[in-house]
This record gives sequence, C-alpha cells and structure tokens, in this order.
Amino acid sequence: MPVDQTQYWLMTREMMPKRPIAKNALWAFVVGGLICLAGQGVLWFFMRHGMTAKEASAPTSVVMIGLGALLTGLGWYDRLVKRGGMGASLPITGFANAMVAPAMEYKAEGLVMGIGARLFTIAGPVLVYGMTAAFVVGAVRYLLTGVA
Amino acid sequence: MTFLWAFLVGGLMCVLAQLVMDFSQLTPGQVLVLFVVLGALFGGVGLYGKLVQFAGAGASVPLPGFGYTMVEGIGQAVQQKGALGLLTGGLTAASGGIKSAVLFGLLASVIFKPKA
Repeated sequence: MPVDQTQYWLMTREMMPKRPIAKNALWAFVVGGLICLAGQGVLWFFMRHGMTAKEASAPTSVVMIGLGALLTGLGWYDRLVKRGGMGASLPITGFANAMVAPAMEYKAEGLVMGIGARLFTIAGPVLVYGMTAAFVVGAVRYLLTGVA
Repeated sequence: MTFLWAFLVGGLMCVLAQLVMDFSQLTPGQVLVLFVVLGALFGGVGLYGKLVQFAGAGASVPLPGFGYTMVEGIGQAVQQKGALGLLTGGLTAASGGIKSAVLFGLLASVIFKPKA
C-alpha cells in the first residue's frame, strides 16, 4: 500500500514515545515550588535579623547558590533535575548546578580549560544575554523617560 | 502568607518553563536564557517588581529574578550618576550572586568528584 506524506506523519507520530507533559509539569511545580519555599525561609531569616525584603534578597541568593553548589557536588542535585526538570533548573540553585556539574565532569582537562572554562557552559550564555537584555531595557527606559 | 505565594508563584514559573521546553524542543540552556531575558523585560515595565513584592522568593529565586535585579540596579545607578549607570548598575546589583556563584562553583568543582 502506497503511503502519502500525511499518512506517514500520522504513523510516525503514533510510534513516537509520548512526552509525559502533564507529569513533567506537576513535578516541575512541586520541586520548583518547594525550592522557592526554602528560599522564602532563608529570606525570612535575614528579614528577622533586621533587613528589609530588598536588602535580604542578595544574601538569600548567596545562600541558595551555595546550597546548589554543595548539593551538586554531593551528587544529589542532578537527581532533583532528573525528576523536577525546570522545577530544579530554573531556581538560582539550578544556576549553581549548571555551573558545577559540567565543571566537575571535565575536571580531568585541568583547572584552567577544564574547571575554569566549563563553569560557564550554561552560566556564560545566561550572563551574556541577561546583561545585554538588562542594558537594552535600561537604555530604552533612559531614552524614553530620562531616568532608567 | 508570603510563604504560600512563594510556593505557588515559584512553582508556576517552573511549570511555565517546563511547558516551554516540552512544547518547543528548546534545550534547558536555551530556556534559561529566554527566562532571564523575560525577567529583564518584565522588570523594565515594572511588572516583575510587583511580583517580587507579592511573592518574595517565589519571584526572586527563579532565574527571571536575576534579569530583574540587573534592571533594578541599572535604574538606581542611572539616578545617581547618569548614563554611566547603564553600564555599571546591572553588575553592581548582581555582584553578590555572580561572585558567590563563581567562588562556590570553583570550590565545589575542585573538592567533589563526579558521581557515575
């Protein structure tokens, strides 16, 4: 039986494994929510010691990044990423994970081109485009309003 | 109450990122770049700041919070020293996070061995 393109597309679609989209989303919600809840706990701790919410934001990031790096080193955070997907990768702890995991992996290539370079496999693009976007947004606001 | 909103808003932001990844075939790295840029954009129009006030760490811990922090820093720096602030404000505001990420990242990579 000859098969036209549409039929072929339908056939391959049936054969492909289904992405468990609902399950992925649910795990992302639970894992991401819990990490942010932990972050709120850290924020609350700093606010109890006399900081405003704004002042407490930076030290909270530092603590979360430290935890992310530590848990990645211990091999626990990668399991969290496997389960939670973006729920583990999007929080700032996941940013630390994205730095440490490849750096650890390529340790054998040395301190400079192994660890030093691979720390920025994901962090590099995030910093490049994050900094560029922030500059462009600030510049547009400056041109439009005189203040950024 | 902020604790509940932190959980819900943070969780929902992660769901959004997960859905973008599952429906678009983007890699995790590309999704992270997209979301940090979105954070800067929504920060620029004042929406992300409201979300941070309302949901605390639920908005500041996910990566868009990083883009927002830099835009906020640029705003403050421009008020203090004019156009030069466009270049100095972003990194000044994000310096604690970036520097600790480099230091902790280096330390963890040197100390720990990758697990099989």
